[in-house]
Amino acid sequence: MSRLARESTTDYILEVSDLTVKLKDQTILDNVSFKLKRGTTLAIVGPNGAGKTVLFRALLNLVPYKGKIEWKERVKIGYVPQRVSIGDIPISVQEFLSFKKPSGMGVCLGTQECLSLVGLDSERLSNRELRVLSGGQLQRVLIAWAIADRPNVLLFDEPTAGVDLDSEEAIYEMLNGLERENQMTVLLISHDIHVIRDYSEYMLALNRSVIYYGGSEQIADPSLLQKIYGSSTLLKTRKERE
Amino acid sequence: MAEVSVFSLVTGICVGLSAGYLGSLMVLKKMALVGDALSHVALPGLALGILLGFNPFLGAFAFLFGSAAIIWRIERATKLSIETIVGALFTLALAAGILMIPEPELLEALFGDITNVGLTDTMVALVVSLIAILSTKAIYKKIVLGMISEELAKSTGLDVDRINLLYLLLVSLTVAIGVRIVGTLLVGFLVVVPAATAKNVSSNLFGYSVLSSILGSVSSSSGVLLSGFLDLPSGPLMVLSGISIFLTAVVARSLRTRFFG
Repeated sequence: MSRLARESTTDYILEVSDLTVKLKDQTILDNVSFKLKRGTTLAIVGPNGAGKTVLFRALLNLVPYKGKIEWKERVKIGYVPQRVSIGDIPISVQEFLSFKKPSGMGVCLGTQECLSLVGLDSERLSNRELRVLSGGQLQRVLIAWAIADRPNVLLFDEPTAGVDLDSEEAIYEMLNGLERENQMTVLLISHDIHVIRDYSEYMLALNRSVIYYGGSEQIADPSLLQKIYGSSTLLKTRKERE
Repeated sequence: MAEVSVFSLVTGICVGLSAGYLGSLMVLKKMALVGDALSHVALPGLALGILLGFNPFLGAFAFLFGSAAIIWRIERATKLSIETIVGALFTLALAAGILMIPEPELLEALFGDITNVGLTDTMVALVVSLIAILSTKAIYKKIVLGMISEELAKSTGLDVDRINLLYLLLVSLTVAIGVRIVGTLLVGFLVVVPAATAKNVSSNLFGYSVLSSILGSVSSSSGVLLSGFLDLPSGPLMVLSGISIFLTAVVARSLRTRFFG
């Protein structure tokens, strides 16, 4: 289905108006407004310190804010944070997934189902400790956690940071599949031009306030990159960066 | 050979179980020395109990409880690490306690004396341990989730700060009963060493927490029994027995890694 056709049949799942976040007297987000359609993927881009992660925190109601964040009814959010610190905690994959409690009246998926949805072999991995998993495996387990209670919105804060290139590709393919099959709405923070272009339909460019909001194909426009990053060469594909 | 009372043994087992269980979280939170330092905060409370003629356990508990609340508040306000705050508080409490406690009782306050434990003390230890273990069990997963990612925990609706406060209060409760049997100087051992041993050999959280509790009770009960046989103070014997288990586990693990990969 084309994007235009999809737009006409879907409604907005999120409306943000005049969102302002101040932390320690510093304005992190200034009058941010945008709307997001159900079942689409929004990539959030911007330089470091632009307020991308704080936007997620505001959307999750983890920081005080002014303005309006309106999620439509019956929204269930799954969240994958940028960083987790497993350290030397002796916790198995199965135990970690069992921590997830269903929100509302829902029921969580079982470990086996969760892991198979993210392409992991549950028989081999469910009893393995989180601290010995590879970066890609851990990221998939975190995604499994996020989708365990069947959310209809997923928030991913740089979901493939620290993951090798092949795993990154596989993770985004998997995310795309989840979005298509389950009509999920996905918001993801990324610095990768290839990810933004190939896996998202919309793009929100932030630098404390909104610089651009529209179709993600515009990410290839050098003048827009110049506006977002101050240089048209800063945002690259990961392959180019490496 | 001195007689070992059932009360001493049961009290030792209760305190060992709860200290081991709560300590398993403390070690994961990298707060191993907090339990040790926190125990010193009990000294002025013990002193007040001795001087004013009420149960020193109540004094110790009141001081520990108050300190836990203060530590939590300062940590939230300043974002200083709990270890730093406890470090500052414990030296003050230690100095005040030593100045306040009459000399004959000072030794008992510092090293504990499980041989004087009676039915009431045992019942208190039993009930307090049960409360501490069951309450901690109810928040165990939430605390671990908060350690893995505070944001993730908060995104599921958990009030991480309140859970941490509850945990600190439960630690205070456990340390207060631990002070009675091993004294303020050695109670930190019961919180730290069994958990450190268990962590060395565990591959999942459930096994780790259960093993830590079992090792806590094994260390404390063997200390009580050995004190009966050797007619020596039980506190230091508990420490020696716990450290022996810890060293055995370290050697066993390194041998297993060396020969079986």
